[in-house]
Amino acid sequence: MNKVFNHISKNLLLIKLFIRELNKERRKILMTIAGIAWGTLTIILLLSFGDGLANQMMKSRKGLGVNIVILYPGQTGREYQGLPQGRGISFREEDCDLLKNRIPYIDRIAGEYDSWGNSFKYKDKMVSEKVRGVSSIGYEDMRTHFPQEGGRFINKMDLQERRRVIFLGTNLKERLMGDVDAVGETILINGFPFKVIGVMQDKMQMGMYGGPDTETAVIPASTFKTIYGNEYLSRIIYQVNEIDRSEYVNSLVRQTLGSKYRFHPEDKSALHFWDTIKNTKVTRKVFTGITIFMGLIGALTLVIASVGVANIMFITVKKRTREIGIKRAIGGKRGLIKFQFIMEALLIDLTGGLIGGSVAYLIVFLIRNLIGKGDGFGEGMAMYMLSQPNFSWTVAITTASILGLVGLLSGFFPARRAAAVDPIEALHYE
Amino acid sequence: MIDMNNIKKVYDTGKIQVEALRGVNLQIEEGDFMTVVGPSGSGKSTLMNIIGCLDKPSEGEYKLNQKSVKNFNDNQLSEIRNQDIGFVFQNFNLLPYASAYENVEMPLLFAGMSGKKRRERVEYILDRVGLSERMGHKPNELSGGQKQRVAIARALVNNPKIILADEPTGNLDTKTGENIMQLFIELWKEGNTIVMITHDPRATKYSEKAVKLIDGKIKNQTMD
Ligand SMILES: Nc1ncnc2c1ncn2[C@@H]1O[C@H](COP(=O)(O)OP(=O)(O)OP(=O)(O)O)[C@@H](O)[C@H]1O
Ligand SMILES: [Mg+2]
Repeated sequence: MNKVFNHISKNLLLIKLFIRELNKERRKILMTIAGIAWGTLTIILLLSFGDGLANQMMKSRKGLGVNIVILYPGQTGREYQGLPQGRGISFREEDCDLLKNRIPYIDRIAGEYDSWGNSFKYKDKMVSEKVRGVSSIGYEDMRTHFPQEGGRFINKMDLQERRRVIFLGTNLKERLMGDVDAVGETILINGFPFKVIGVMQDKMQMGMYGGPDTETAVIPASTFKTIYGNEYLSRIIYQVNEIDRSEYVNSLVRQTLGSKYRFHPEDKSALHFWDTIKNTKVTRKVFTGITIFMGLIGALTLVIASVGVANIMFITVKKRTREIGIKRAIGGKRGLIKFQFIMEALLIDLTGGLIGGSVAYLIVFLIRNLIGKGDGFGEGMAMYMLSQPNFSWTVAITTASILGLVGLLSGFFPARRAAAVDPIEALHYE
Repeated sequence: MIDMNNIKKVYDTGKIQVEALRGVNLQIEEGDFMTVVGPSGSGKSTLMNIIGCLDKPSEGEYKLNQKSVKNFNDNQLSEIRNQDIGFVFQNFNLLPYASAYENVEMPLLFAGMSGKKRRERVEYILDRVGLSERMGHKPNELSGGQKQRVAIARALVNNPKIILADEPTGNLDTKTGENIMQLFIELWKEGNTIVMITHDPRATKYSEKAVKLIDGKIKNQTMD
């Protein structure tokens, strides 16, 4: 213990002396520190923005749904079992149960009915919007229709008893009811009274069909049928339990419905699949690529800065040849000389890294907290995507490791030269 | 304590080979005060560097305390320079950015001495050479004589077996040189072993052994 303390105190003194000497080359050192700081800043910002962008992208992908496939009915593309080409396919609610029972890889499934241009009325306010009937409670998780506090989504009883309850998208609720606490209120749709049971949490939504969810009203499918009398679903949505299996599941869906509605299992036009999982995987890959690319650019900046550190270390080694000789003459070992120069390079590196890191942290903090998040559409979309840079632990550790490595390397070679200095020649060196 | 047998040193500068030492035999006992004289280029500094384990002989046997120096590695030689040998140079060779105190403390740091002991030792030794008042000064704030006192303190601080001084008064005016010489003589009288390259007759007078080097060979070795 005492020995360790001694070792530290010894090197502290040597470093103290070193800093004193560095003072003489203040300008050059400051430039080098600035270089390292700039490199650190670049790498952290690039990684943080990359990370934040990927997060936001993933989040807004989830706005449409989590690992879902959206299935639309089509028309048969070829003759099959004596039935003609061009025959329309239609989905019924029972198809959902059929698919769920036949295919174990489907976690959740729901059918949707849509009705457009309904008049919504609350007190004096009138709004024209779309109403959607959904056939299962799994819809909430699958299509990320999470209720704000105090409210809920449609439940089993609502479905069974055909209750006139309604779950409102955020924007629709605001347009119709303003700031009022909507839950428990009654609104009229085409004159029929509906009780508001929940308002959806605001969300970012990348993909959509028939308008964003924030503008939509959702009611139980059973209720929908009694009012609108629809026989066929607009579409079916299902969630796959393992994302790598989505294509296989889609083929099972095609087979199952094919044997029920009698179309060829290879008939591509009978059913239309919007497989959001495929897109998710591609996005993820693209962002991994972007992150690696940005990391490389940042690392390159740092490497260039570290060449600066190595350069200045080589200069100091040369300038201090005489002092190295003196230290060697009075008993300083090679290892100590080497250690000292590596420490010195690390010190420059660390100072630059800390400065760059703090500035980067500040910038990330300010952007996250002060800049508006954007409304999620058009120009606001770009703002939304860039407004949440993420200075994560991964980013910090990556940067620190690169910095450490760079510091060691930029210190190592000059240090090796310093340790190899011949004391006698060094003592004559002017 | 020091036993040199047929020491030769050849500098290979590429084209020409310089024979700096051409067969030197030398014994130094504890408590000796030996002076080395000789014309410029005769090999005095070369001999001193070999005695001080800063350099290795090209040929011949050098035994320090009955141990052949040949067999030591670089770290062991560093330890010998730190523990057993104290160097004083003509041009002082102090670390310019360190205070007098820190310059003297440096060998103790290398030796791994603890903080409190170090402080006592440095203060004691600076007091011994008469520099208590100047501990915090950097070398460029000291006179030539004071610088040399710092260098002597640094050489003494680890209680070396031998002090090697290469023309310690060469860069000093006559009066200051005399004072420094006086200090060496006092140190010798206190029991230190000293080898000094010098032309100062005063030192030659006090020294028991005087070695004269000419062309890398010892011409005469006088004993009182
Ligand atoms: N590193 C070296 N490389 C080549 N030759 C050297 C080297 N060091 C010393 N010499 C040569 O060796 C010889 C002896 O040099 P040394 O320095 O020992 O002389 P000296 O007696 O100390 O002289 P001075 O009184 O001028 O200090 C000289 O001819 C010198 O040129
Ligand atoms: Mg000389």
